[in-house]
Amino acid sequence: MAANHEIEAPSGGCHMCLAIPGKIIEIAQENPNWALVDVVGMRRRVDLGLLEDNRPVSGDWVLIHVGFAMSKISETDALDQIRTLEMLGESQAAAEEVRGYGLEGIEDQQVP
Amino acid sequence: MKYVDEFRDPELITRAAEEIRRLADPNRHYRLMEVCGGHTHAIYRFGLKDVLPENIELIHGPGCPVCVLPMGRIDDGLSVAKQPDVIFAAFGDMMRVPGTHGSPLEHKARGMDVRIVYSPTDAIKLAKLNPQKHVMFFAIGFETTAPSTALTLQRAKAENLHNFSVFCNHVTIIPAIRAILDSPDMRLDGFIGPGHCSTVIGCRPYEWIAKNENKPIVVCGFEPLDLLQSIVMILKQLQNGEAKVENQYKRVVPWEGNRAALKAMAETFQLRPYFEWRGLGFISQSALRIRDQYAEWDAEQRFEIPGIRVTDPKAAQCGEVLKGVLKPAQCKLFGRECTPENPVGALMVSSEGSCAAYFNYEHRKTNLLTSISALV
Repeated sequence: MAANHEIEAPSGGCHMCLAIPGKIIEIAQENPNWALVDVVGMRRRVDLGLLEDNRPVSGDWVLIHVGFAMSKISETDALDQIRTLEMLGESQAAAEEVRGYGLEGIEDQQVP
Repeated sequence: MKYVDEFRDPELITRAAEEIRRLADPNRHYRLMEVCGGHTHAIYRFGLKDVLPENIELIHGPGCPVCVLPMGRIDDGLSVAKQPDVIFAAFGDMMRVPGTHGSPLEHKARGMDVRIVYSPTDAIKLAKLNPQKHVMFFAIGFETTAPSTALTLQRAKAENLHNFSVFCNHVTIIPAIRAILDSPDMRLDGFIGPGHCSTVIGCRPYEWIAKNENKPIVVCGFEPLDLLQSIVMILKQLQNGEAKVENQYKRVVPWEGNRAALKAMAETFQLRPYFEWRGLGFISQSALRIRDQYAEWDAEQRFEIPGIRVTDPKAAQCGEVLKGVLKPAQCKLFGRECTPENPVGALMVSSEGSCAAYFNYEHRKTNLLTSISALV
């Protein structure tokens, strides 16, 4: 069961409009749609299913939205995007979102 | 000078602002709509209105998914979750959105099993973790978010996951723009086109705005410079008597969009004949429903949905604000009965909503004004 405090403080950012840059560390051998991605200093599994036509490889940067990589971007643009999030005051919301991917810290205590 | 120092290239900002002043005809009043709520947020956050000449008015568009969702849909979703052994899963943005009898968060306080997920695939994970319960994911968003729900539906079907469904509230941006252009009290000169939504749909779907409506539209990024450059591009078109679709956000938005995303959406969703939008009323073919092949994962086909319709509180003027007819502060409830802490209307709930953006940044205006005008 999710602890109450986790649900009581959803941050101000609109997650449905956030696009967070991340760098692909590794693509899962068992499933090419799963990538381990470094996002704002955290490593999370991100879904590559929407980039079927333009598959990224390790080391590529992608823009992530609700756990899915939605487009490949250059490193320069990724770093600019991180700055934009900071300027928009959204970097905390982005970090919170990314921390939540995979129900980390929310449900993992229940994983059998 | 805090905010100015944060700008990537203050010199370019200054130049873009100067060019806007040069291009804007002082005898003309320009009304430009930023369609996307992310842009509304950025415009207030950066105090861009204070950099623009007075005759350039920015009208906030309908591109905030939380804001345009009618309260009845929240009530409908919560009514499913009132059934025993149902978990209501949604993005954090939804948690404070008021339904008739309170927000999802307030329902949680009264004992409903409500969970935040940050990705629709995590709702699948939640279902696997709770095999004795049913997880209903309350899906919301424009084309930016709909492909993620589409892939999630495909995964649920492929895995034959029976205790999971989606309550689909996805809407599409083009019919909303059309409804606004058809609105008799609306006069617009051009559009700042959505950024991340266009990553999926590309730029082609906007061509009718240029061709048939004779209005410029520039797909735009989220930095202050992006917004100013897009305004420059719109003003240049207007000066030359042109109307075309331009892409200022090429670094992220491909002209053709994301084909894999569009394919996943086409396979799982079909257009609803009509859908109600808060403030805009019923708009035909403006929302997505789940295809019959995925009926088992469609909460609307699986559960009894009451189909609740709720009129907005009379005093709240969300509709007029949403259409850009009224400015947020012109609403009778703004800042008094309706605040981000205690929102009456949805425009005050999401930080992308024009009322919340206006409320949150208005008090900083003086600081920003001082710092940015020092540049311009």
